[in-house]
Amino acid sequence: MEGDGGGLIEVTMRVNGREVKARVPPRMLLVHFLRDVLGLTGTHVGCDTSNCGACTVIMNGKAVKSCTVYVFMADGADILTVEGLSEDGKLHPIQEAFWDNHGLQCGFCTPGMVMTLYDFLGRNPDPTEEEVREAIEGNLCRCTGYVNIVRSALDAAQRMKGGGGG
Amino acid sequence: MAGERRYIGRRIKRKEDLRLLTGRGLYVDDIHLPGMVYAAFLRSAYAHARIKSIDTSRAEKLPGVLGVFTGEYFKDKVAPLMTAWALTNADLKPIKWPVVAYEKTRFTGDIVAVVVAEDPYTAYDALEAIEVEYEPLPVVVDVEEAVKPGAPQIHDEAPGNVAFHWKFRGGRDFEEVAAEADLVVKKRLINQRLIPAAMEPRAAVASYNPGTEELTVWVTSQNPHVHRLIMAGSLGIPEHKLRVIAPDVGGGFGSKIQVYPGEVIVARLAMDLGRPVKWVETRRENFLGTIHGRDHVDYVEVAAKKTGEVLGVRVRTLANMGAYLGTAAPGVPTILFGLMLAGPYKIKSVDVEVKGVLTNTTPVDAYRGAGRPEATYILERMLDVLARRLGMDPADVRRVNMIEEAPYEAVTGLLYDSGKYREVFEKALKLAEYYRWREVQSEERKRGRLIGVGIASYIEMSGLAPSRIARATGFGLGLWESVLIRVHPTGKVSVYTGSHPHGQGEETSFAQIVADALGVSIDDVEVVHGDTEQTPFGMGTYGSRTTPVGGSAVYKAAVRIREKARKIAAALLEAREEDIEFSEGRFYVKGSPEKSVTFQDVALAAYTAEKLPPDLEPGLEAVVFYDPENFTFPYGTHVAVVEVDPATFKVKILKYLAVDDAGVIINPLLAEGQVHGGVVQGIAQALYEYAVYDESGNLLTAGFNDYMIPTALDVPDVESHFVETPAPHNPIGAKGIGETGTIAATPAVVNAVLDALAHLGVEHIDMPLTPYNIWKALKESGVLAKLGKGR
Amino acid sequence: MYPASFQVFIPASLEEALELLAKYGEEAKVLAGGHSLIPLMRLRLAKPKYVIYLGKVPGLSYIREENGTIRIGAMTTHGEIAASSLLKARNPLLSETASRIGDLQVRNMGTIGGSIAHADPAADYPAALQALEAQLVVRSVEGERVVGIDDFILGPYLTDLQPNELIVEVRVPSLTGAFGTAYEKLNFRAGDFAIVGVAALVQLSPDGSKFEKVRVGLTGVSDKPVRARGVEEALEGAEAGEEAIAEAAEKAKEGLNPPSDIRASSEYRLEMTVALTRRALEKALARARDKVA
Repeated sequence: MEGDGGGLIEVTMRVNGREVKARVPPRMLLVHFLRDVLGLTGTHVGCDTSNCGACTVIMNGKAVKSCTVYVFMADGADILTVEGLSEDGKLHPIQEAFWDNHGLQCGFCTPGMVMTLYDFLGRNPDPTEEEVREAIEGNLCRCTGYVNIVRSALDAAQRMKGGGGG
Repeated sequence: MAGERRYIGRRIKRKEDLRLLTGRGLYVDDIHLPGMVYAAFLRSAYAHARIKSIDTSRAEKLPGVLGVFTGEYFKDKVAPLMTAWALTNADLKPIKWPVVAYEKTRFTGDIVAVVVAEDPYTAYDALEAIEVEYEPLPVVVDVEEAVKPGAPQIHDEAPGNVAFHWKFRGGRDFEEVAAEADLVVKKRLINQRLIPAAMEPRAAVASYNPGTEELTVWVTSQNPHVHRLIMAGSLGIPEHKLRVIAPDVGGGFGSKIQVYPGEVIVARLAMDLGRPVKWVETRRENFLGTIHGRDHVDYVEVAAKKTGEVLGVRVRTLANMGAYLGTAAPGVPTILFGLMLAGPYKIKSVDVEVKGVLTNTTPVDAYRGAGRPEATYILERMLDVLARRLGMDPADVRRVNMIEEAPYEAVTGLLYDSGKYREVFEKALKLAEYYRWREVQSEERKRGRLIGVGIASYIEMSGLAPSRIARATGFGLGLWESVLIRVHPTGKVSVYTGSHPHGQGEETSFAQIVADALGVSIDDVEVVHGDTEQTPFGMGTYGSRTTPVGGSAVYKAAVRIREKARKIAAALLEAREEDIEFSEGRFYVKGSPEKSVTFQDVALAAYTAEKLPPDLEPGLEAVVFYDPENFTFPYGTHVAVVEVDPATFKVKILKYLAVDDAGVIINPLLAEGQVHGGVVQGIAQALYEYAVYDESGNLLTAGFNDYMIPTALDVPDVESHFVETPAPHNPIGAKGIGETGTIAATPAVVNAVLDALAHLGVEHIDMPLTPYNIWKALKESGVLAKLGKGR
Repeated sequence: MYPASFQVFIPASLEEALELLAKYGEEAKVLAGGHSLIPLMRLRLAKPKYVIYLGKVPGLSYIREENGTIRIGAMTTHGEIAASSLLKARNPLLSETASRIGDLQVRNMGTIGGSIAHADPAADYPAALQALEAQLVVRSVEGERVVGIDDFILGPYLTDLQPNELIVEVRVPSLTGAFGTAYEKLNFRAGDFAIVGVAALVQLSPDGSKFEKVRVGLTGVSDKPVRARGVEEALEGAEAGEEAIAEAAEKAKEGLNPPSDIRASSEYRLEMTVALTRRALEKALARARDKVA
């Protein structure tokens, strides 16, 4: 990228199970690396202020807002995006639950929602409705009123307990 | 609707979800073309200023910058944008919106310069290197200030800042009914400015092929054909050389109806630079430059009898239009507002005057509900105030006034189509346990808890709508909808709709309609939308019109195909056409079901064509342009129960229940989703959201951190019920469900909060009812002291 | 949005980090979890020439107890502090406060050191750190110093931290006996910064009859986090009970001049300081009483 004073930095990371090596400018944000360099456009940009959560991915097992992470901060990390969530063409139980419960409308916030819940449900297999609402407070949705997202999350928890993958 | 129902009415999960759930959706920002460059916009540093000079030299020298373009560059190449709803009989002024400001800026969203660079980081570096010298002009942001003599003038064409002055009278003279009334209740109500803030920012990518002279523009649009028509005019290129594609669109709520400067700019630059150009607005730009909603000051008078009977409503409105008139803007605070001021009630007089006022703020246009929430808020709020003054239960005031059932010709001249208004009202109260909550309220009040119950009944004119009425009001086009259904030789079906779903799910619900009509599997039906090269000219998705208007077109086209297929089947079965019956995807001869052909057999025969009846052309497709004869009128009643914290005044919604009659529900799963989302947007207006400008015209709520879009923790679960009274005039009986929640929820929640405070003598507090705004109102009226330290 | 260019240094040891700070400190910003700095850089409200990233410096993320003090490494995230079983048992005020910061993703990345150094006047931690009389360990190439939170945060986004210094550790007491704590946060929307935040620590006499020690920390109501000393003094030695709290809580607003903004006026914040102080103390008292039984 031209116009950068600092020179390029070499980074190595695993993205959806594949090793990725690249030289990037220091100021490049992880979300732009995923979208524009790796072509993983399932991760979205919805704001400039780290509020909306549309860019959420899993970094080293934890949900992070990839618009608030420089690429060099992910050096050596294991990254999972929505594209890497289903295995062998089989949807993850969270994705299945969203589908069955109409947990998405325009779909723009959906990947971020799903990735946040991936982290949360991994740590809290049997959450209450209130706990689910707390978990996704950093993911804004303008279509669903959150009603069916919350129902999807509670349903997903049951499916994951039943050994439906994950 | 005739035919078997295997899909309609069932909770079918969506066909569009697989791609969206796996990150394979295609939004405009996901489009990446070889050689693509990036545009970024410098927006005005002042809300009102003369541009004295712009120095772009430093920006142009930055490595990676292709060019910097100002208003001078665009003014002769691109025609300014103008509204497409040129309201008749309202003295509408011809307000022009240059795509890049020259000479003057009128709000902080006005674009002053455009940078194009090899990458977006560099583009934003270059923005910082542009030097603009402004001469700041006096600013006005408030409508009441803007109409005062001596207020700063925003457009020379609109003296006194009045862009239009619209008047409407329905029924008896207001003064006359007021003379017969026992009381006239007056209020000044503020319907605050909201920001639609769809989760996907607006974006455009343009690519020009100099060989074919074809320009392709991908844009976040709710109506790609309207975009093409207006853009072709502004750019001065033939409409058939412009292809507009709205791929997956991440929510709109009205804010993606408009044709904005951004898409026109990148289209022009793609032609001039010979490189594909992309622009994606930042969220700050989305707040500054994409339309806002509501923003009324309403002076309301309601004349009533002691019995609670409302005789007349008189409303004088100053509607803040912002700095320019948006694509649909003039129709919103007039036609879509004034004609709704009788509500579902037997009111005898409606008298409304609206001034559309220009200010140095972001243009205001259609935001979910568009005019109808503002009208419903007035009626529902005033009925509660009336109930307090008369010592009546708010439910009883509504009972006194509510129309029993439709068809009903309202005092506004609208013909309400169908419905059991009273029955739905009583059903909502029963399901919500209204009277039990009233007992809880009075019990808990003794313990210091502030619980309130609120009702809102509404009616909505939607399914926009008959072209003759749209045209009579000055709308730039008709308001029909189109479809092309193409049956392929294998019997698979493509449905090319002129609607443009962006979250509502018509890829599924339209497929349900077609699959039922043709007896095929829903898996064999594909709904295609958004590409002007593929779909017939269509009017797009807004105003809860997609299912009632677009869906009706789909149904009529499917029936036309079935009738042609019946003719072909008769030929194949060597029987008379009138003896052919159709069931479960098979045509058979009446009385001998073993003699049959499948729909797939017929589709193939339509293309092999050797056995067609002599008067029949080969192929199997149908185009329908459906223009309804009336609007549809969804209606219903919502009930909210809230608790107000007596120390902090934070509101918690304990229960929210909706009963809506949107006619025939094609897919309850999706319809409920529309209600949930609409209700939460309505709650957002009641409790959280408000756009704030300072006196200099700076938007102080220009991001998600300052503008309070509610999170999952701030809103309740929503219980949705339907009553289905089919719309009588359209073939599928649907009325539309996209906006009902937004219309009803705002007054239901505000009424509930004020109900919780009613015993303290508080009659009204303007929205949003944040803890601070409630506290402030109580403080100012001396009520706070009454609550005492014991709280 | 897109940050401006900068040069980044990624030290592999604390010594290296301190040397970089000594050399570039004046023009450098320290980057930890990034949740204070990166949003400012994205909006180009911060355009540092150099960024020193601490993510590869080992040994800055820990929570351990030594001689009655809990030591927390500066790079420990809000999420780790919220989930720590040691803190939940021995200093639940800090873990409860951490659980109320931002949202799940923010808590996964944001660090306690970064939050303190940023010194947002409405941040959550400082209320608790004030109530806990926390000590900060600050290092530079010249050595180490320990500074109390009250002396460290000087004003909005302003601290005692010198350009060559780094916060390396936060020290809070390991609480014993009949103690109870609570953090009460008022915001109008979940996940937002506090309109008012009140952290309370109550230590009762062994029989539970008297307030032995009371600490109240406030955030959002001044240009820096403060202690409500008037409340503390009114309660210490008094008979433990809700009535005493109700009376003492009124003193929470003494000497405060809270900001006014588009969300709420100064006066509202003052009144809420009293209301929330009362609630926090009542909750802390109830929790302390549970320990007496």
